[in-house]
Amino acid sequence: MRLPEAALVSGFISRGFRGRRRLPEDLAGRVPPGQYVEPGFPVLSAGPTPRIDLAEWRFRVAGLVARPQAWTWEEIRALPPSTFTGDIHCVTKWTKLDTTFTGVSVDTLLDAAEPLPEASHAVASSYGGYTTNLPLDDLSGGKAWVVWEFDGAPLAPEHGGPARLLVPHLYFWKSAKWVMGLRLLDHDAPGFWESLGYHNHGDPWLEERYWSD
Amino acid sequence: MAGRTVLERLTWRLARVVATRAETPRFVSLDLEVPGWPGHLPGQHLDVRLTAEDGYQAQRSYSIASAPAGERVAITVERLDDGEVSPYLAGDLRAGDLLELRGPIGGYFVWEPSLGGPLLLVAGGSGVVPLLAMARHRAATGSQVPTRLLYSSRSAADALARDELDRLARTDGSGFAVTHTFTREQPPGWTGYRRRIDPAMLEEVGWPPAARPLAYVCGPTRMVEAVATTLVELGHDPVRVRTERFGPTGG
Repeated sequence: MRLPEAALVSGFISRGFRGRRRLPEDLAGRVPPGQYVEPGFPVLSAGPTPRIDLAEWRFRVAGLVARPQAWTWEEIRALPPSTFTGDIHCVTKWTKLDTTFTGVSVDTLLDAAEPLPEASHAVASSYGGYTTNLPLDDLSGGKAWVVWEFDGAPLAPEHGGPARLLVPHLYFWKSAKWVMGLRLLDHDAPGFWESLGYHNHGDPWLEERYWSD
Repeated sequence: MAGRTVLERLTWRLARVVATRAETPRFVSLDLEVPGWPGHLPGQHLDVRLTAEDGYQAQRSYSIASAPAGERVAITVERLDDGEVSPYLAGDLRAGDLLELRGPIGGYFVWEPSLGGPLLLVAGGSGVVPLLAMARHRAATGSQVPTRLLYSSRSAADALARDELDRLARTDGSGFAVTHTFTREQPPGWTGYRRRIDPAMLEEVGWPPAARPLAYVCGPTRMVEAVATTLVELGHDPVRVRTERFGPTGG
């Protein structure tokens, strides 16, 4: 028996499925399509959690900038603090509501480095070798942070501590754990998951999960 | 390695349930026929989408349990009592039912013979599923890559595919070894491990770092964190330790 392609089948119903986790009205606008609300904070990483010596830790902004920067752990924590309160969305379908992260706005870091006019994209890189790419527009304008506290406590290593990128308006793989820098480019350069079948941009509200979405 | 994941558009497809099999009291396998399935690599997963009559939808990801085999795909689902999708998949679906899915997804936690070895597979609970796909593919292709699987389960009854794995390990010259640890309850006369995976066990069962094994670790977060950290501390190269973490986070 050959089945029709799903694209040709409109109105498919899963026989007997009713759904147990319908969202209350007040949350419906906060949970992107295909996501469910997860009270916990799952951990997803492609490899071991790196061990990072805070004395050696640096955060660098390099590439197409007028003034390349390298902050030590003490120096970055002395910058004006900034706190994000809101929701995060993982491509593996969970959404966590009402999180609080504290760190520094990426705007503060970019202002210090003075991006050149031709800078349009950035690649974030991490201890352990992970990378992810973002348009500069998604990193600036109050939309992104480098954070070291979650819900008032130091960010745990398995969640990206000592510091991770936080770009909450995109799927959470863009919020690189163990982040150590941004390199500004005049072109896009796909990162780790973006080279392995995941979407280049990752907007959860457009359900940009996989490369062809 | 990522080639096949980026060549095919990830469109939703209607799969037909060919058979359902109770593996253990908590695990059910679904054999699916997926017209147009582009093939997969062992370790990849797929997304399932359920739709209720009023249009409400729920999506979840499931690791593929089967070796690549044309348009046939098997997933093994752990029934989570407070879950939304897994009770449907593991309890309501019958042979002949249709199921919407898309995939394959994921291009890093994958293994095929060309990646070589030796292989160290470390599983906790349902985390064994993508590793089963690797072991099955290895056997199906006649790969001689030396492989050791360390598999932690609560009890022998909870261990997936125990007979199949033992059979693979008994095959002369297969180069495949399986070691079980049963953490809560052991069968009568059991002389093997009866504790959670720890550094001593990884040293005894795993490869020495000098062998430069390729390690795949999958299971609940705490177990994966501990095993991956231990492997690095024992001297294994972090870039040869690949992890996938899951557990009952909402199923």
